[in-house]
Amino acid sequence: MTTAIAAAPSRKSGIRRAFDQHWYAWAMVAPVVIVLAVLVFYPLVNGIWLSLTNTTEANQAAEICRKSLGGGTICTPNADPARFVGLGNYADLLSGRIGKFWPQLEITLIWTVTCVFLHYTLGLALALLLNREFKGRAAYRILLILPWAVPAFVSAFAWKFIFARDSGILNATLGVVGIDPIDWFANTATSLMAVIVVNVWLGVPFMMVAVLGGLQSIPAELYEASAMDGASPWQQFTNVTLPGLRPVSATVILLGTIWTFNMFPIIFLVSKGGPAGSTEILVTGAFKAAFEGIRNYSLAATYGVVILSILVVYSVGYRFFLRKQGEVW
Amino acid sequence: MAQTTIQDFVEPTLPVSVATRPEKSRPRGNSILLHATVIFASVIAVFPLVWILLSSFKPKEWIQSSQITLIKEPTLANYQALLNNTDFLVWFRNSAVVALFTMVFGIAMSASAGYAISRFRFPGKRPLMWTFLITQMFPVAILIVPIYTIMAALGLINTPASLVIAYCTVAVPFCTWMLKGYFDTIPVEIDEAGRVDGLGPYGTFWRLILPLARPGLAVTAFYTFLTAWGEVAYASAFLNTNDKFTLAYGLQTFVPKDPTLPLWELLTPAAVLITIPSGIVFFFAQKHLVAGLTAGGTKG
Repeated sequence: MTTAIAAAPSRKSGIRRAFDQHWYAWAMVAPVVIVLAVLVFYPLVNGIWLSLTNTTEANQAAEICRKSLGGGTICTPNADPARFVGLGNYADLLSGRIGKFWPQLEITLIWTVTCVFLHYTLGLALALLLNREFKGRAAYRILLILPWAVPAFVSAFAWKFIFARDSGILNATLGVVGIDPIDWFANTATSLMAVIVVNVWLGVPFMMVAVLGGLQSIPAELYEASAMDGASPWQQFTNVTLPGLRPVSATVILLGTIWTFNMFPIIFLVSKGGPAGSTEILVTGAFKAAFEGIRNYSLAATYGVVILSILVVYSVGYRFFLRKQGEVW
Repeated sequence: MAQTTIQDFVEPTLPVSVATRPEKSRPRGNSILLHATVIFASVIAVFPLVWILLSSFKPKEWIQSSQITLIKEPTLANYQALLNNTDFLVWFRNSAVVALFTMVFGIAMSASAGYAISRFRFPGKRPLMWTFLITQMFPVAILIVPIYTIMAALGLINTPASLVIAYCTVAVPFCTWMLKGYFDTIPVEIDEAGRVDGLGPYGTFWRLILPLARPGLAVTAFYTFLTAWGEVAYASAFLNTNDKFTLAYGLQTFVPKDPTLPLWELLTPAAVLITIPSGIVFFFAQKHLVAGLTAGGTKG
């Protein structure tokens, strides 16, 4: 509807004509396209290439340069430059020879499914409440969106403080009812639970705001009509509210899944993947491969390609599933 | 992408009162339950922030104590220590520079692209829309090393510019998508009226559409600012000297290797001071959040 104003389909063909007609639109999208091309697509191709080589910090450059004590740099030619290794990295990663891919994938799936499920259900519940009229609604809305306004790393530290073993208020509160202090990050289950709590706290406001917008786009007449037909509140919810939210839900659940799957700072800062790397998700595992110890750039790139593949397959499947249910999306 | 479904009945000018339930028909018990639930949720939402705020005014030994106290010997010593003995202010300035530039460039790029995608039909439009969605899927893991190499080649490692550029790649696709949706909700007749009055396409965009799109722009500003203000991975990878750190990286220096406890007496006041600017941006953007996000983020 709104998109159709500018150009009627061109009858004459030819680049010149296309240019005359579309140069304005192209000029307006050009900056974004250039940025994406240079900083997303070139790196993507480069990343895929890296995953097929054995590049590490040690063999990356043709020359190895180090800062000398005097402040200058000294460069020497690289004796063992990186080379093409085919699918060797993938074999190493997927067979578990290097890194801990399968345990990390398992944690990633638990993390993503739990977080997105809780984000959506809590977001929906709060949105339903906020969609009613009551005193102080605007104030509650601001308070409930507040976690979104705080940078993720600050929230991460704030929660780390709450979960701290000796001085954390959580253990102190448990102490009041006679439970001994728990070292939350000392075993996998509690550590994973803690990071999930933090991420749920962080992600609910976005879902809530998105769902609230969706709720407000459902015409009031539908509720009136269904009430006249004698529908119970629950029937209204399942037959009017949920179907009306479908377009919004479809998008935010897809985006939420992608974002959570790739959510880096919470695990990186709160549990640091601990204990012993057992709460590492794929993204933090990749980052550690790339930037900790001897930087294994090719392994990180391999992780990246695998993560991207998983997400692409998921999105295509998701879209197919929605299509099958008759959604035009 | 989901544009055919929801748009048909949304006129988002003031969507707040469209489908809200009337208040009168609710029994008293339900009302109490409603308030209780919302209050409970609000307390959970606010508690970690309040707790950090309260703790930041306690002396060090009380921060580390396992006793629960809300206010204990309030002092500004932690703030003084943070501001005088650490590079916090330098990091703060670096973060502000990075966030502001990201915000300005991000909005400029995504607004013009979003408008073009919303108003013009041009070859390459659909692939571009798809690109924006797919870009969301790129894990930082696959891009970070190649971008690092590009920045190194350009000599930008350890500069704020490298972060601004990297953050734009994160923020721009989503913002374009969001703003496109927002522009879709502004009636085309306004463009046409502008054209009749002799405005060129650029004039229409700049003088008519942008002012109308303020809610959408506010949300975009909020989003880009927050993206840049809070990003950890790129900052941790690109920066390597203390005077160039952003807050997201600098604060990690207050968390020493494991057996040593984090320096809570520095982290708590830092968290408070960091939250203030994003809180201010949030305060200005929040009343547009529902309208802006509904129009854009969820409709694509």
